[in-house]
Amino acid sequence: MNLFITSAYAQDQAPGAPEAGVNAPAVAPESPDLGHGAADATHAEVGHEAAGEHGGAFPPFDPTYFGSQILWLVLTFGFFYWILSKKILPRLGGILEVRSDRIAADLGEAERMRAETDAAVAAYEQALAEAKKKAGAIAQDTRDKVKSDLDARRGAIEAELSTKLTAAEARIADIKAKALAEVEEIATETTEAIVSALIGQSSRDEAAAAVSSVRKA
Amino acid sequence: MANDPIHQFQISKLLDISVGGLDLSFTNSSLFMVATVAGAAGFLALATSGRALIPTRMQSLAELSYEFVASTLRSSAGSEGMKFFPLVFSLFMFVLVANLFGMIPFFFTVTSHIIVTFCLALLVIGTVTVYGFYRHGFHFLGLFVPHGVPAPVVPLVTAIEVISFLSRPISLSVRLFANMLAGHITLKVFAGFVATLTGMGALGFAGAILPLAMTVALTALEFLVAFLQAYVFTILTCMYLNDALHPGH
Repeated sequence: MNLFITSAYAQDQAPGAPEAGVNAPAVAPESPDLGHGAADATHAEVGHEAAGEHGGAFPPFDPTYFGSQILWLVLTFGFFYWILSKKILPRLGGILEVRSDRIAADLGEAERMRAETDAAVAAYEQALAEAKKKAGAIAQDTRDKVKSDLDARRGAIEAELSTKLTAAEARIADIKAKALAEVEEIATETTEAIVSALIGQSSRDEAAAAVSSVRKA
Repeated sequence: MANDPIHQFQISKLLDISVGGLDLSFTNSSLFMVATVAGAAGFLALATSGRALIPTRMQSLAELSYEFVASTLRSSAGSEGMKFFPLVFSLFMFVLVANLFGMIPFFFTVTSHIIVTFCLALLVIGTVTVYGFYRHGFHFLGLFVPHGVPAPVVPLVTAIEVISFLSRPISLSVRLFANMLAGHITLKVFAGFVATLTGMGALGFAGAILPLAMTVALTALEFLVAFLQAYVFTILTCMYLNDALHPGH
């Protein structure tokens, strides 16, 4: 549709503007693709207006304003390049760099803290193990001491008891011997008394001999 | 006139300036170049003024565009290419903002004029050529003679390489210009159908629904194209700069 219009432009300008004529061939070859719609009132009107204003060339190919466009492009783009390369991009790059540095530093700090934590945990576990060992040693020590103390005291008491026992046994033996010695005398006396009562007379020596002979038997 | 899809590309003088017979008037195109630069630079300056460690939304957007262009440049031209970062970033932002401004109704699309895109393409190719010779001297011409090509076909390949190099500014500028021009014309044509049909009574009103839907869809597409063409212009710039930095293929 547009290109159809451009062909209209081309026709319009053909007699008039020579420099626009240079442009016409560039546009014209495209017109056949577009077919040939009937030139209605709108297009004619458009063609007229455009022709009146700018000599009728298809605007993007119209060299009338090439100079102006180049100049203003150079000025605006030049300024854009200048302000970006001098002000904005260094600032933007700086922001990104500061952030990545900060992240790297934070990661390093986190790593360092983790190592510190690990060391603290290891130290704690070592201290705990040592304390356990020490506590075990102390308990063992105490146990040994108590045991030896107990043993000593028990030994002393047992020794004391055994001496007392020995003394008691000695006394018993003594008493027994004494008693046995007296038994002979009593038996002799009793024998003498019994014999004298039976036969009216008795001899002490005979009685003693009889007793000792019985005892020996 | 309201339905004329070409009228939006018409340049009109706002301030008549003429130097030595050369028309250097301040036109609506100039106005929108100034607006593009003011908008882009103003946005970037405002967005980064806080220098916040935790970025605001605007600062985040500015950082995003910085990193987007930086990674594009670095991946195609290597870290050596970062010396051209201000140029590439300026080109990307200028083209992108100019394209997006063109999407606002009644705004002039700076990049819909071939002379503007051609100047930008010449800037790129000029930079590539000047830097290539400055950096590598005549070795830069090695760009046209690829390694590992059998001797008999070298002249043919070299001729093709030269032609492809010379056609770069044309393809670079025409791609951007034609996309902007065609997109805006199509949009205007479909929008024009809506206006024409609704003026034709109830039947026309019903018939206008389809072109209206097309207009809505095309508007979305044009926003995509506005970004995509800025990106394509940028990535091609990066690839050409890579040739200047490493001409040995």
